[in-house]
Amino acid sequence: MTAIFKREFKAYFSTPVGYIILALYFLFLGLNFRAMYSYGIPEVENVISGVSVLVVFGIPILTMRLISEDRRQKTDQILFTSPVGIKGIVLGKFLAALSVFAICFIPSVVYEIIVAAYVEVNVLLYVYSLFGMLFLGAAFIAMGMFISSLTESPVVAAIVTFIANILTLYMTSLASFVNNSVISSLLEKLAFIEVYQNFTSAVFSVGDVLYLLSITAIFLVLSVCSLESRRYA
Amino acid sequence: MIEVTGLYKRYGTHLAVNDVSFSVEKGEIVGFLGPNGAGKSTTMNIITGYLSLTRGKVVIDGFDILENPEEAKKRIGYLPEIPPVYVDMTVREYLNFVYDLKKVRFPKKAHINEIMRLVRIEEVSERLIKHLSKGYRQRVGFAQALVGNPDILILDEPTVGLDPKQIIEIRELIEKLGKNHTIILSSHILSEIQAVCKRIIVINNGKIVADDTPERLSEKLSEDLSLLATVVCDGENMKNALAEVDGVKEVAFEESEEDSAYDFVITPEGDADIRREIFRCIAENGGEMLSFTDNKMTLEQIFLKLTENAQPDEQELDGEEYGEAIEETEEEGEE
Repeated sequence: MTAIFKREFKAYFSTPVGYIILALYFLFLGLNFRAMYSYGIPEVENVISGVSVLVVFGIPILTMRLISEDRRQKTDQILFTSPVGIKGIVLGKFLAALSVFAICFIPSVVYEIIVAAYVEVNVLLYVYSLFGMLFLGAAFIAMGMFISSLTESPVVAAIVTFIANILTLYMTSLASFVNNSVISSLLEKLAFIEVYQNFTSAVFSVGDVLYLLSITAIFLVLSVCSLESRRYA
Repeated sequence: MIEVTGLYKRYGTHLAVNDVSFSVEKGEIVGFLGPNGAGKSTTMNIITGYLSLTRGKVVIDGFDILENPEEAKKRIGYLPEIPPVYVDMTVREYLNFVYDLKKVRFPKKAHINEIMRLVRIEEVSERLIKHLSKGYRQRVGFAQALVGNPDILILDEPTVGLDPKQIIEIRELIEKLGKNHTIILSSHILSEIQAVCKRIIVINNGKIVADDTPERLSEKLSEDLSLLATVVCDGENMKNALAEVDGVKEVAFEESEEDSAYDFVITPEGDADIRREIFRCIAENGGEMLSFTDNKMTLEQIFLKLTENAQPDEQELDGEEYGEAIEETEEEGEE
């Protein structure tokens, strides 16, 4: 698993992909921080939540080639014939993508330190919203990876993941169109980003954490199943 | 070392591998021969654990590939048809990755250097794989299979797409490796198999149609014991004279490629050895013999003969067999 993790992580930075993602997040975090500074509100958690919509664009770039590329280049043959099991392969790739995603938020740590040097800050709230963002990212990455496992083409994976992400973004408004209350409340639950908003409102809820973790787990299991089923194809 | 029993692989209703059984002893070099689409790659993919099987059993050095995949896979080095290389890595980075992936315990640097020396890719070790030629990529694929020094090497068409010089190099490498590895090698290039393999398994339409040494295969299949002679003479007269010889059943001739010579095909009665009589007869009738050989089949001919009764590509399973196959798969799943 560590071998896969290391390779995938490095692969992000042997192509422009990793740098593009980092640049994207660094830029918007910086803009948010600048805005925060202008308005004089010392809350770095808002800087983080301000980029939450970026997962819609960022995650598909991170996950598009995770599994599909291996299938296209036939490198899956070395992975599946190695003593590493499919679970290890999936987990290694997932953690690599998540790590790159986590690095995107390093500037926010710097901001928090700078702000804390001048005014009193609610560190707990900052940490909570940072971890909330990581949980959110994990759920989206797992979903993107699952989509990547269904196709041979990274481009198709990126487009489908992008559409799926947009759908989760608009899920609350979509749900309001549905008359059936059971279905509409079910659809509302699929709005990952809504759940993330709870993290920034300083209300700690084990339920929210468990919710995002279960979404992640479900898509990781689905990815394993998808790869496993291909061996039987 | 490798034990394959009653192997079936079904893609939908198409049977890609149909009741294949064979075993390979330690140190053997076995050639897997068959036309494209015969089921060679599928069989190899199952042995290496890349694909699952529909029915049957694959045991590698005592470890079942389904029950104990980790132990079984550790013992196999696999070079698939397309070398599974990451083109965005350098050769050394890639081999380091494979080393970690296979959880090898040898000293890393020395082990990888040794492999690179063996397959002669040291000079490109720091280059990105995407910048390498086909021949080098194939050798990197070879190197990958050798990482961890597995006892068994499974090589799927290792020389395909290489130039003649590279083919000879790879062939020499296989011969060298054959001294301390068990090798299964697939190819549809016959001379290659003949050059390195002591045993040939011919597979066609997912079934094994022959399993023997190249020599014995040739003997077994040449029911044809006729002799071929190229003689400078008057064709018609010589034919009549030869037909008179004791033990000759049939004589046919045609103009040879050589000037004023004729090619004769002389079929004996039964398995009588009539070479001396033929020689004498030709000499006595003033013929000048240019060549005289038996009509043993070449590997090419054997191959064509074994695979000529090719059934249509799509083999439908009959209902009963189909149900059985599904049942067994389900049972395996439950385990």
